[in-house]
Amino acid sequence: MEIIMAVLAGILFTTAVYNLLQKQMLRIIIGTALLSHGAHLFILTMGELKRGAPPILSEEVEQYTDPLPQALILTSIVISFGITSLLLVLAYRASKKNGTDNMEQLRGNEYE
Amino acid sequence: MSNLISLPIVLPLLAGIIVAFLANNKPLVRRVSQTLAVINLIVTGFVLYQVYQNGTIVLETGDWIAPYGIILVGDMLSVTLAFTTNIIAVACVFYASKSLTDQQESFYFYSFFFLLITGVSGAFITGDIFNLFVFFEVLLMASYGLIVLGNGKAQLRESMKYVLINVFSSMLFVTTVAFLYSVVGTLNMAHIAQRVQEVEQQGVLTTIGILLFFVFATKAAVFPLYYWLPRSYSVPNPVVSTLFGALLTKVGIYSILRVFTLIFAWEADLTHTLFIYLAAFTMIFGVVGALSTNNIKLIMAYNIIPAVGFMLMGIGIFTETSISGTVYYLIHDMIIKGAFFLLIGVIAYVAGTSDLKKMSGLIHHYPVLGWFFFIATLVLAGIPPFSGFIGKLLLIQGGLAQEQIFIVIAALVSSLLILFSMIRIFIQGFWGEKTELAHPERKRAAHQMTWPIGILLSLSVLLGVGAEWFYPSVEWIGEYLMNPEIYIDSVLKE
Repeated sequence: MEIIMAVLAGILFTTAVYNLLQKQMLRIIIGTALLSHGAHLFILTMGELKRGAPPILSEEVEQYTDPLPQALILTSIVISFGITSLLLVLAYRASKKNGTDNMEQLRGNEYE
Repeated sequence: MSNLISLPIVLPLLAGIIVAFLANNKPLVRRVSQTLAVINLIVTGFVLYQVYQNGTIVLETGDWIAPYGIILVGDMLSVTLAFTTNIIAVACVFYASKSLTDQQESFYFYSFFFLLITGVSGAFITGDIFNLFVFFEVLLMASYGLIVLGNGKAQLRESMKYVLINVFSSMLFVTTVAFLYSVVGTLNMAHIAQRVQEVEQQGVLTTIGILLFFVFATKAAVFPLYYWLPRSYSVPNPVVSTLFGALLTKVGIYSILRVFTLIFAWEADLTHTLFIYLAAFTMIFGVVGALSTNNIKLIMAYNIIPAVGFMLMGIGIFTETSISGTVYYLIHDMIIKGAFFLLIGVIAYVAGTSDLKKMSGLIHHYPVLGWFFFIATLVLAGIPPFSGFIGKLLLIQGGLAQEQIFIVIAALVSSLLILFSMIRIFIQGFWGEKTELAHPERKRAAHQMTWPIGILLSLSVLLGVGAEWFYPSVEWIGEYLMNPEIYIDSVLKE
């Protein structure tokens, strides 16, 4: 199970990097979203996956899932949602104001 | 008593919320923000005094004991830096009301400002590596808000890149934390340090260390990861540039300092040697960038980079003297970079341009501004008796003691070039023929903007002249950082 998840995270990272290297702003944002999903899956995998075991630790429970990675990705998911929405709005404003959504044309070498 | 350490984080957070409700009433929001910033400074000063008197304060939030819960650690290093942060904050908040446009002020500048302070103080004080990430995000979120404030064409263009580079490095941070968690099974920095020490940093741990360094180096703008910094730091309002230049890169350096003295300190031959070379390149490339342009805002933004090189050099050399040098330089650099960015803001404001070629003879109209700039240049270049000298002296002493001649020469040469790059502004902008002022009506506001700079400068002079008072504490911090057991024991209470 961990192997499959690790491969999936790897695929997400690959597609994310591919998208990040594009010129169109929207694709770059999709790239960052995929990147964060990859990272979250990766955290979950690192805490070892156990199917059917609850994420609690008490005296009756013998088999349990590590609750910490779940707490971590919860925090991280919230942050990445916030950032993705901010990026979308920012990209919209930036493309409106500069008249292009092509990163190649947004280099900005002139002094201002 | 240990709850005291949460105040530097909680107070600015509350302040940020309070001023959000007042945003439409400009005179009120100014007064309230200024009062709250001063209160913050006083409270953080009190916390610093307590730590100085009674030693490290550890707060286990929610009474979850150390390796399990989230903890806040206020040791001398973190609280001193939080205090310095608040000094910059006070100077900025008094400067802001003059420097910001009405539109910028009513779009929640003060809320973002206080949230930024929350994030910076939190990153200094937290004792948990995941919460370091969370506080990084808090300060980055606030900085995203600040960098687009004003809605300019260039601002939107550069902020897009700034946000993207930070999102990427944050996600790398999370991935690295996942790696670290799977290897050592804990997130508490003291506990990680203990476990890494037990296996003497074998196997994959060095790789994880380098990955973490990559993340922090992106935030701190170490060579070759500084390309995003100069343009994004020169486009926003001067007061925002000040906050970024004085605080944000310093959080990156603090994280490197903390992680590589506490946790990954056992493969120094590999990691810390790498730092020395990177530090040399950082200094040289940064200062070359500063010499390459005529835009005073860009010159100043490039000047952040060699300072990062100096601090990294101290971490790379890794002796008590050099680590104390890094700490001294860190405090000095926060204050002087604050003063400098504010100064550049005033100069660009009164000259009506940031192009060096278009200004001349400002000293005839603004003598105080001119002399402040001159003193600040001397401080930055490290001319005795100012504070830059003491930090550089310690770093170079440390370097010579370890026979790292290469880095010492790079440091000396780049100091000279920094002096050259700044004196260029003084000669072209302040000397020269007396010309008619482009904006004579701005004189009064400019005078009101000058006095917060005076405070920062006098602090910086005090830090240099009064080195005998400050040096014992800084030396103690250096010794403390070289003995991670003290930190581990005070957190885990063994």
